[in-house]
Amino acid sequence: MELTTIWFLLIAVLWTGYFVLEGFDFGVGILLPFLGRTPGERATVVKTIGPVWDGNEVWLLVAGGATFAAFPEWYATLFSGFYLPLFLILLALIVRGVALEYRNKSDSPKGWDRAFFWGSLGPALLWGVAFANIVRGVPLDAAHEYTGNLFTLLNPFALLGGVATLLLFTLHGAVFLALRTTGELRERATRAARTLAPLTVLVVLGFLVAARSGTVSWAAVAVAAAGMAVALVATLRGRDGWAFTGSALGIAAFVATLFTSMWPNVMPALDPANSLTVTNAASGPYTLTVMTWVAAICTPVVLGYQAWTYWVFRKRLTGAN
Amino acid sequence: MDVLDLSRWQFGITTVYHFLFVPLTIGLSVVVAGLQTAWYRTKKPEYLRLTKFWGRLFLINFAMGVVTGIVQEFQFGMNWSDYSRFVGDVFGAPLAMEGLVAFFLESTFLGLWIFGWDKLSPRLHLATIWLAAIGTSLSAYFILAANSWMQHPVGYRVVNGRAELTDIWAVLTNSTTLVTFPHVLFGAFLTAGAFVLGISAWFLLRGRDVAVFRTSARLALVVGLVAGIGASFSGHWQAQIMTEQQPMKMAAAEALWEDETSAGFSLFAIGDVENGRNHVNVQIPYGLSFLATNTFDGKVQGINDIQARYEAAYGPGDYRPVVGLAYWSFRLMIGFGGLSALLALAGLWLTRRGRLPSGRWCYRIAIAGIALPFVANSLGWIFTEMGRQPWTVFGLMSTASAVSPGVDVTEVAITLVGFTLVYAVLAFIEVRLLLKYIKLGAEERSEPESPVPALSY
Ligand code: HDD
Ligand code: HEM
Ligand code: HEM
Repeated sequence: MELTTIWFLLIAVLWTGYFVLEGFDFGVGILLPFLGRTPGERATVVKTIGPVWDGNEVWLLVAGGATFAAFPEWYATLFSGFYLPLFLILLALIVRGVALEYRNKSDSPKGWDRAFFWGSLGPALLWGVAFANIVRGVPLDAAHEYTGNLFTLLNPFALLGGVATLLLFTLHGAVFLALRTTGELRERATRAARTLAPLTVLVVLGFLVAARSGTVSWAAVAVAAAGMAVALVATLRGRDGWAFTGSALGIAAFVATLFTSMWPNVMPALDPANSLTVTNAASGPYTLTVMTWVAAICTPVVLGYQAWTYWVFRKRLTGAN
Repeated sequence: MDVLDLSRWQFGITTVYHFLFVPLTIGLSVVVAGLQTAWYRTKKPEYLRLTKFWGRLFLINFAMGVVTGIVQEFQFGMNWSDYSRFVGDVFGAPLAMEGLVAFFLESTFLGLWIFGWDKLSPRLHLATIWLAAIGTSLSAYFILAANSWMQHPVGYRVVNGRAELTDIWAVLTNSTTLVTFPHVLFGAFLTAGAFVLGISAWFLLRGRDVAVFRTSARLALVVGLVAGIGASFSGHWQAQIMTEQQPMKMAAAEALWEDETSAGFSLFAIGDVENGRNHVNVQIPYGLSFLATNTFDGKVQGINDIQARYEAAYGPGDYRPVVGLAYWSFRLMIGFGGLSALLALAGLWLTRRGRLPSGRWCYRIAIAGIALPFVANSLGWIFTEMGRQPWTVFGLMSTASAVSPGVDVTEVAITLVGFTLVYAVLAFIEVRLLLKYIKLGAEERSEPESPVPALSY
């Protein structure tokens, strides 16, 4: 396989890791005000992600760093082009990170919980907007500079993408909470998942079908549908583990649909002559070779200790505190 | 102000701000790990109390380090897209390695440490804080390798107007990296030392928990003194490498206008940049030649001569950084950092053989001294980065050509104001929280964040 293909896949994997893991963190933040009725319950809800959220966020940082190393043109065009939305995402991530760490050290966690909610909702929506634009194509000039403005990015298709990720992550968070709690909290989370699932399936599949192109992406859409179906059925039957596996699979296939539809572009331009592709955006073969070795050695180790962390904190938390 | 100026302000503000938290994270993580190791070995309860007390302050600081770091990761693309296009091939590699090797390590194991007190065996739990501490230092290594490449590019060739990596080892073992890494680490430990000392002094001044905070004060004094000496020696090596690689930076740092042998180290100068000379210059004879070349009669190049040489090499232009800024930031870095090390030395003398000084001013000075290394660190970076101007990658790419061409003034202004305001609010919250947790003290108590919720099954 070409090195550029490997790196395209690896970056897809990093985003998958980020959306699957931080996806439920976002969902937990969005659901917090609805599911946690007492201070004790809210503390428990936050505690389900306490030990892991920071490690989950590093998937984003590595996706960013890997894009910089493997496809510098993509990194440069994407982040300077999507300037203000990225700024909003960064602000949200700042506020959210501080809220998560400081809420239980503060005398008034209420304000922090509000910050946590908005800091989760913002990125959950905006990542979808950003990826919908990437897949659809944006105005780029011959130097690969983005020539649109903020409103170019806020088109109906992109907003649909935003609602899709928002729903998907919220559902994922509900399923995760059902898996990680007991008693009334778990019941409420299950109910939320059941309520959200039908709408989520509808919006997400609608978006994916509109976004997809190429034959391979049909397979990915099918897997996304299957994953969400599993999540729904398993939730109805009270099989939390399966429900979580299903929604994780749904998110993975969501990312797969987007990336297979882009290939071989990494950032299609409205004028195809100006598109950034895996070839014209890539680093030299030497950098790609070095980075392939680094990734091949480090990724299994990281996956190993992150998995172990989840194992250490596998016990369900009770709501009453 | 144009996009370039605003982008520079934004990078400067957000990065200096990030680096307020970074050194404390690096230094304090090792201090906490050391204290927990002492507890593990001796089982003395006061070590556990100290571990938890300093651990809490460490975590409050760490959270800020993380959230401000996220901004850094994306800024190169946002505001410096032509820079990213030009260097991504070389510069992205250490950045990606930092994430894969260091950030995963520190964030995952810190999560395990915070929540794992009653879930992991004491040994395994001790290992988690050490792994997190190692992660912070590794992260410093990789990012400094990236930064050193901008100071002194190695292991690349320029193809089609882009720098392409040809040798990753050359980048990771860049002479600049090898001297910068210890200097930054020593600076970090000096910071942690002054922080622990100052807060311990606050307790000693009030006679609260004296036995315990005497222990941490002594530890901090030793850490601070060793780190201060280390920073001086590594700084000396750095100065030599810098004289060789970026003579203009050294000349500006010394307000040395003409090439000179047996040059003196300037203590105080009033310069005249327009005409390229000094009105007043108080010097330590031979000092600069020694600092820069290890000999008393070594030749050091001066600003006017280097400027002429650079015009010949790179074409017409002004290759001088802001001389006054380079001059004072260099001096004050050494001054403030050195003062902090002297405080540690004095403190060790005053607390020898179990004594505690009776003068209240001793403790007040120690408390005020917390600020010294923070200022020294910021000035060190301001010197390093501003002294490199007008280059963003020395000799290869000017700062003016690095900025994003597609971003307009309004956009940068929005983000500059936005980040600055949010950072100001966060600074306020962080200081209040630190004060609150300091005042709570290290007494045994049921901690709000300890894992109390009952577990089912
Ligand atoms: C000498 C050390 C040093 C320097 C010069 C920088 N950082 Fe930093 N950074 C750290 C040392 C560090 C650290 C010690 O590893 C931190 C500080 C607190 C923390 O949580 O980790 C960190 C956190 C941190 C994070 C969050 C990591 C996480 O979630 O765990 C990111 C993304 C960055 N940094 C990125 C950067 C970038 C792109 C920089 C260049 C402009 C930069 N840092 C300068
Ligand atoms: C945390 C420590 C650091 C501090 C405090 C710092 C400080 C600064 C400051 C003050 C500037 C503005 C200089 C000017 O515009 O005149 C600057 C610019 C810059 N620095 Fe650093 N820096 C740090 C670390 C780094 C690192 C680690 C990198 C790269 C890995 C880096 C890359 C840059 C870039 C790309 C610019 C913008 C171009 C320029 O203005 O030169 N900096 N930095
Ligand atoms: C005698 C004492 C010192 C000397 C001779 C010295 C020398 C230097 C030199 C030459 C540089 C610039 C390197 C370059 O741009 O290539 C530097 C940078 C720096 N210094 Fe110092 N220094 C001293 C003390 C300190 C102390 C005590 C601290 C911190 C508390 C400190 C913190 C820094 C930092 C953070 C930087 C920027 C990062 C870097 O380039 O390493 N320095 N120092």
